[in-house]
Amino acid sequence: MGFPHKSHARETAVLSQYFGDREAITLDGWRKRGGYVALERALGMSPSDIVNVVKESGLRGRGGAGFPTGLKWSFMKPGDGKPHYLCCNADESEPGTFKDREIMRWTPHALVEGCAIGAYAIGAETAYVYIRGEFTEPIERMEAAIKEAYAAGILGNNAMGTGKTVNVWVHRGAGAYICGEETALMNSLEGKRGNPRIKPPFPAVAGVFGQPTTINNVETLVAVPHILNNGADWYKKFSRADNPKSTGTKLYSVCGNIARPGNYEVAMGFPFKDFLYDLCGGPLPGRKFKAIIPGGISVPIQSINEAEASSMDYEGFVAQGTMLGSGGVIVVDDAQNLVKFIARAARFFAHESCAQCTQCREGTAWTTKILERIAAGEGTSEDLDTLLEIADNMTGKTICVLSDSCATPVVSGLKKFPGDFEALIKQKTHLLVPALA
Amino acid sequence: MSIHEMGGVEAPGDAVHARHANAPYEAVFVGARRQELDELLTRYPSKMAALLPALWMVQHDRGWVSEEGMAEVARLLDLTPAYVKGVVTFYTMYHQHPVGKYFIQVCTTSPCQICGAEEVVEAFLRHTGCQELGVISPDERFTVIEVECLGACGFATPVMVNEDFVESVTPEGVPELLSRYK
Repeated sequence: MGFPHKSHARETAVLSQYFGDREAITLDGWRKRGGYVALERALGMSPSDIVNVVKESGLRGRGGAGFPTGLKWSFMKPGDGKPHYLCCNADESEPGTFKDREIMRWTPHALVEGCAIGAYAIGAETAYVYIRGEFTEPIERMEAAIKEAYAAGILGNNAMGTGKTVNVWVHRGAGAYICGEETALMNSLEGKRGNPRIKPPFPAVAGVFGQPTTINNVETLVAVPHILNNGADWYKKFSRADNPKSTGTKLYSVCGNIARPGNYEVAMGFPFKDFLYDLCGGPLPGRKFKAIIPGGISVPIQSINEAEASSMDYEGFVAQGTMLGSGGVIVVDDAQNLVKFIARAARFFAHESCAQCTQCREGTAWTTKILERIAAGEGTSEDLDTLLEIADNMTGKTICVLSDSCATPVVSGLKKFPGDFEALIKQKTHLLVPALA
Repeated sequence: MSIHEMGGVEAPGDAVHARHANAPYEAVFVGARRQELDELLTRYPSKMAALLPALWMVQHDRGWVSEEGMAEVARLLDLTPAYVKGVVTFYTMYHQHPVGKYFIQVCTTSPCQICGAEEVVEAFLRHTGCQELGVISPDERFTVIEVECLGACGFATPVMVNEDFVESVTPEGVPELLSRYK
């Protein structure tokens, strides 16, 4: 539902149906709403049957990459004699994204249940929920929910009386965007600096503590109980008739210059134009939309024409020059100059670079410096060529994609909104707030 | 030197260090805290994995993570103090020096920036008397920093005051918010 707004008739509220419902936070309340029925069902199934249902549903990772979840789970080989681990990525740090936060605040037991099912399906006895350090309230609610679940015998060495072991623990991060990258997350969990690892080996072979590991996003895991309860065919119905590759519902966090920011849940294939104007209420009074980033700040910026022609699913956004990503919709209106917006994004990446790779460590800093120079009215037209050259050297050349993510808004912004850059260079006007310049 | 020239970390003044340097270090992991750490260790197959949670406990109890705090954690987890320092310096949320009684983090990343976050920062600097990012206010109550994306972009501008997460802060709302923190 459109939390913090009332649910819109065109939303398909599955994961978000209890947002804002205080009773759903507690174990009793969650059970009254059908909670832990799916876990009970799952523990009575074989792990491979669960993996097959999830495969059949078409569920894909909701953290950004969109990798098929059932396939990912099937990489975990049963009976290899090694301890397996499930990591839930709750490090939600992609600018524009705040959906996992609401899932954990309002329905913490949904995630406990999703983790427990996921762990059992991949042959793991322990799941770690890695939550970013700033999310104090979600951490509190998750810890309270886990405590309730242990006390009720849902978790532990005899999970739901089945004799099976399922442990779920919260692990608090400490302020590092890069720990949302799965291999950095595992290093951080092990008590190391959050540097991403070179792949291969992939996590399913050697992940956290050197053991086979699966990493899933919060939203991915909370979808699983619904799939087990209602069946793969039910889940597959939430899709465009001409695109069976994207299935289910998706949560979108909407922010920036728009009438009703907040979280919305729609079925895959929903028209983005209707989403922006109807569900989210369109632009602020007297303004017009200028640019849209539909999947968190790491995906290419769309012109308003591209956005209005987009269908909201993995393939639909790619067809319009961008990606679904994390579903963090950032709206920029005609009162903004995009240079300053992109410069601030570059500063974010420069701050968050782990500094292992030269292209990223230097590239993010140079990009920031140049963009801030242009925003300050001191740019030259050569700066634009330099920006593209740096961006080229930052793309596809590093251990993880943080470097690519910094280059993305620069390249797409320059291509689609060259006027914003040229105006600053020609007029030599500056955009910095004097007190902070 | 501004916070940005420092690469985004808070810049402590020497005077601040001197003021706290003479206080004797009091061990954190005794009694209930020690039990809590021992219980935590049962959740992981390695001692090292308890490092981030242990550092959180030090910061919670002492307000910051001092060299002595790092050494205590290192000893308990069979790590070297240098290793622990390497980890502490990677994560922005661990304070490596004392900060004001109330540590204020204002999100200014792009989505908040286009909704007016810079004006919110200005208001905090003015009303806390800090004048500058990263310093302790003259009355020692506040330290203000800009923080990268707090993950609540639809509720611009989100602000953290110690462990409190406050949504939709406006420049006009800053004095009232500050008055809640004595």
